[in-house]
Amino acid sequence: MNTEPEKVPIQVKPKDYKSAIKPVWCPGCGDFAVLNAITKALAYLGLPNEQVAFITGIGCSSRIAAYTSLYGFHGVHGRALALAGGLKAARKDLTVLVAGGDGDGLSIGGNHFIHACRRNMDMTYIIMDNEVYGMTKGQASPTTASDWTKSKLTPQGSGIRPFQPAGLALTSGASFIARGFTGDPNGLARMLVAAIKHKGFSFVQAMSPCPTFRPEQMNWKHQVKPFAEEPTADTIVAAQRIQADDGMSTGIIFKREYPVFQPGNGGGTHDVSLFESEFEI
Amino acid sequence: MISAPACDISLAITGSGGAGSITAGELLLKLAGNNGCFGMMRGSFGPQIRGGEAAALVRISHFPVECMNDGFDLLLALDWRNADRFAEEIKLRPDCLIIADPAQGEIPTAIRKLKADIIEIPMKTLAKEVPGGRPNMVALGLLVHWLGFSSEKAAMLIDQVFAGKGEEVVSGSRSAFTKGFTEPLIVEAREARKRPTPGETEHVGDRWQLSGNEACGLGALRGGIRFAAAYPITPASDLLEWLSPRLEELGGSLVQAEDELASINMVIGASFGGVPSMTATSGPGLALMTEAMGLAIASETPAVVVNVMRGGPSTGIPTKSEQVDLNIALYGLHGDAPHLVLGALDHADCILTTEWAVRLAEATQTLAVVLTDQILAQSRVLTPKPEYKLPAIEARNKASDELAEGENYQRYKLTSSGVSPMAIPGTAFGMYVAEGLEHCENGRPSSAASDHLAQLDKRQRKISDFDFGEHWAQISGHGKTAIITWGSSTAAVREAAARLREGGDEVKVIALRLLMPVSPDKLAHELEGVERVLIVEQSHSKQFHHYLRAFYEIEPETRTLARPGPLPITPGEIVGQIRRWC
Repeated sequence: MNTEPEKVPIQVKPKDYKSAIKPVWCPGCGDFAVLNAITKALAYLGLPNEQVAFITGIGCSSRIAAYTSLYGFHGVHGRALALAGGLKAARKDLTVLVAGGDGDGLSIGGNHFIHACRRNMDMTYIIMDNEVYGMTKGQASPTTASDWTKSKLTPQGSGIRPFQPAGLALTSGASFIARGFTGDPNGLARMLVAAIKHKGFSFVQAMSPCPTFRPEQMNWKHQVKPFAEEPTADTIVAAQRIQADDGMSTGIIFKREYPVFQPGNGGGTHDVSLFESEFEI
Repeated sequence: MISAPACDISLAITGSGGAGSITAGELLLKLAGNNGCFGMMRGSFGPQIRGGEAAALVRISHFPVECMNDGFDLLLALDWRNADRFAEEIKLRPDCLIIADPAQGEIPTAIRKLKADIIEIPMKTLAKEVPGGRPNMVALGLLVHWLGFSSEKAAMLIDQVFAGKGEEVVSGSRSAFTKGFTEPLIVEAREARKRPTPGETEHVGDRWQLSGNEACGLGALRGGIRFAAAYPITPASDLLEWLSPRLEELGGSLVQAEDELASINMVIGASFGGVPSMTATSGPGLALMTEAMGLAIASETPAVVVNVMRGGPSTGIPTKSEQVDLNIALYGLHGDAPHLVLGALDHADCILTTEWAVRLAEATQTLAVVLTDQILAQSRVLTPKPEYKLPAIEARNKASDELAEGENYQRYKLTSSGVSPMAIPGTAFGMYVAEGLEHCENGRPSSAASDHLAQLDKRQRKISDFDFGEHWAQISGHGKTAIITWGSSTAAVREAAARLREGGDEVKVIALRLLMPVSPDKLAHELEGVERVLIVEQSHSKQFHHYLRAFYEIEPETRTLARPGPLPITPGEIVGQIRRWC
């Protein structure tokens, strides 16, 4: 890096946020585009690498932290949001990104998702949604259609209607809700810039096709279309928009300022012995 | 006459929930403190939120006490509703004194059968004679007189405690107290029994009043904890409630999480951010946390879990004590996951043990579990001001010098101690990904046998090679008979040993504070010359005994005193077992 003060800093590039580790992802996986979109967004924002922490769970997509050159934590399955919440509570100076798959975030981590939405800490959460568990070789997730019969685990189909992640986020109190598509990495990057800039909990559902277990998703590129309307701050309008949609529209759906949860008031002392007097007789 | 030592009095105040028996007990313990005594008070509750039954069990003594005695010298019943529920918990001495309100029901047959003195005083009627008066304050007056405590000090305490509740409550409480204090029947009872006044002890120096949960909180703060995340659970919640405002004052915070899975992960996240962090929970919560406790170990992120044990398994007996989470603390994690397990030995020791655990977790970048239990955590004692000295322990090794542009920082570098410098987010050139997957030195995931072995060795070495010094156990006494124990049973063991020594029997007490890693050589050294060992624990399946058998060579003949909760092990039980043996 150029540290000479009189010069304009050299523009950082997306590759400055990538590590040398080769992803485990299959050729054609949408997750490559998520990685590109994140690094583009960070380059656009010019955030110093060491000021960004990238927290992930378990699954194909959760490997993403290792492919960046940020501080990262590859935790346990489903708990990325909780781990990120603790980090942000203790270190409000950091930019906190969180990512994982649809199973990680909406099944095993579902409780943390709804509470992270209502807690509204200033962080960005990306669900890389391919409607399948990829790492465990193709099982139905909470976003899989009920009649998807390609899983050996549920060969008759899951029989359970899928979640609509944006709707779940809305009713749980998220303050920024967007849906992007990996076929449009620049659009996804712009969305992530807005999400990171937003003060509060930003939820981005990144539709990320799985060429291995859901090859039919390669047709998503012919099905997605942008939302016709601008983002709303009205929860009822947002709910109607989400309900009326087939799940294939992209864009920022909802954006609103809610109080941001940031515990701690800075304190007033460093002297623990002050608390000892209460025990004295 | 009273068979207990003259200045060691155990009394119980019982009543239906809301009758104020706990308040009276708490005030009595404070007064014992104001009158120069030592003591202990614990509440016993049914599971009801309101109503039900409540008992204040108070022991007042001239010498420091850390456990309840075998029997009670006095029972004051504000009423007899649900009194049968306390029958097994409040064992009355045959020569005890019963104080009861004749308007509050028949004295139960079992109590009538005792050859106890019974004084009937209409506490409720007396209380009603003054505006704002309550029967529990009449009871306090009776007890303060019977104990020979100063009524002036009691009046001052009442003023102080009820100041915020308005003039009528203060004056009503004082008047009701006076009615009890001057009640002719209690005056007569005291004179008839010629009870010595507890008065001032010979103890010089400051005394503290604290609960085990508060003590753990103080120890945690002394150790440097500045972040906590937790989910409410009995009997750990009051530790968290104590911590919350004080963490804020220290510039930290406590977050109430959505569940225990979140709590422990938040702790790991905050600690990854460089802030010493902890949670507190009890058995069911500990069970939920175990997956992520393994993450703290694998990712080498310092984390402290204080687990306040209660009756188990499952929801068990939430409001009662049992030493039964030793197994899960030691072995509950999947994989080979070396970590620290410590057990606090008494109220004051909760401070030392928790501070030590925090410092050890930070120094060795791993998980420390601190075990206490309900009776230790939620009872209060009057104790000599706790003084201790921990060995110097280095703070968390944070990477700085090794970080520079072009340097290949290795978070999990293999070092001789096993501890590697940890880069904290915000530090330039230190970026790494903390991993729960097995990894190589730079943190990159690896399933290679060589990396797995190297990192397993590293994580084990951090604690196996650490010099824990003399605090691994608390040892007292000498002799051919030794008692090995841990946790809250230690108090009863120590008191039993003191009684045995008074009777001329030499007894050595070894109370293990550091449970993992194990110290077999140190214990073997302590057992040289010992011919018989009694192992004391509050566990039906003898968890501690099996642990000792697995990791320590114990050559002398061994017996166990192991039984489940919820009734605490008493000194008399231990004395009895030793006397029958020797």
